[in-house]
Amino acid sequence: MERNVVVSRRRKTETTAAKIDGFDVLPADSEEAHVLAVDDSLVDRKVIERLLKISSFKVTAVDSGRRALQFLGLDEEKTSSVGFDGLKVDLIITDYCMPGMTGYELLKKIKESSNFREIPVVIMSSENILTRIDRCLEEGAEDFIVKPVKLADVKRLKDYMMREVRIESESNMNKRKSCCDLTESEPSISSSSSSSSSSSESPLRAPILSSSAPSSPTPLDSPIRRLKMTPTE
Amino acid sequence: MDRNHLKRQVDLMKRSLFDQGYLDEQFIQLEELQDDDNPNFVEEIVTLFFNDSARLLQNIEQALVSVPIDFARLDNYMHQFKGSSSSIGAKRVKNECTRFKEYCTAGNAEGCFRTFVQVKQEHAILRTKLETYFQAYISFMCVFVLVIFALTYICLLFCLYLFSWQDKLDHLGLQEVKLDDYMDEGGSLIIDLYYKYDKAHMIE
Repeated sequence: MERNVVVSRRRKTETTAAKIDGFDVLPADSEEAHVLAVDDSLVDRKVIERLLKISSFKVTAVDSGRRALQFLGLDEEKTSSVGFDGLKVDLIITDYCMPGMTGYELLKKIKESSNFREIPVVIMSSENILTRIDRCLEEGAEDFIVKPVKLADVKRLKDYMMREVRIESESNMNKRKSCCDLTESEPSISSSSSSSSSSSESPLRAPILSSSAPSSPTPLDSPIRRLKMTPTE
Repeated sequence: MDRNHLKRQVDLMKRSLFDQGYLDEQFIQLEELQDDDNPNFVEEIVTLFFNDSARLLQNIEQALVSVPIDFARLDNYMHQFKGSSSSIGAKRVKNECTRFKEYCTAGNAEGCFRTFVQVKQEHAILRTKLETYFQAYISFMCVFVLVIFALTYICLLFCLYLFSWQDKLDHLGLQEVKLDDYMDEGGSLIIDLYYKYDKAHMIE
């Protein structure tokens, strides 16, 4: 049994093992990452949407935490039978102060869910309150941006995401090579230490030739997963 | 040239808005988000802001005249308004909002009233100034585009003209050369003839 690597960029199905054997990893910039932006202010929503689009992200902007959860399919009250739309979310960026559900509460809900806890969440706030920042980071936020959001902030996010993808893809390619060589090799690139502490020490430390299904993603694994390992039955 | 004059006007207006503290770097950030696909982004956002903020200002006004004043709610509204203002780079408006929030936190109704008047005033002033700025900017852009078109058109015409003359010139050139040849030949012909004539004379 082979471990099949799937690039799950905008694909809902993560079990299409058949067609991806030997499939080359797509470079990060050939497809756009999908960001879910949450902000109750219309002006801010438009600005962040434009900032993200101009940085080559695909954007969905919603006006509340509730809508965000509905979009993801996490809202208990209104679970749509259709499920969320087929676009996978790669990053969530949310305002902190929102009526109803605050950004912090949204963050908590996302980190509590098993499906979406891996999605990096970035908090934006107009107030630079240290305790607030710490609280968010402790809860698992990837980053905290002080409003007004600038192009440099979004570019930083983008670089971070690209770096994560590159590291994962490179380490995966190394793994595949060593698969072919029948030698065991450790990922030659150690994970980026520039990311926040919540990201993994070493993203893929699982034994390479193992034919067993991988364990469910541990908290140590990198939160931004562009490549998913499908467990083979 | 009219275009330069307009451009200078636009630049001066913008500079004065920054110098007098009406706008800050966030406005420049927004301008950097404009491109050929979204050439009017800043104007759109600013229009959005003024439409949206009118509603917020009304809410604040209502909350201020309600008895008793709900300061928490007031603070909430003002927080939203302040956030939007800072997102477009409305520096003076934002500063007045900060002052308002301080009075609000202190539960000082009178301070809130006074500051709110300032907030509305700055808001109105900025609106007028930005409207004027965008009008001038659009006029400049229109003239700019027109001038570019006109210049391109003239260049094309000129090229065509040159191209059509090129043939004629070539022709002329050839003819000229030919004429020269003829001239030489003609000249030498004449001399020849002269010689012959002379010789003839001499012989005779």
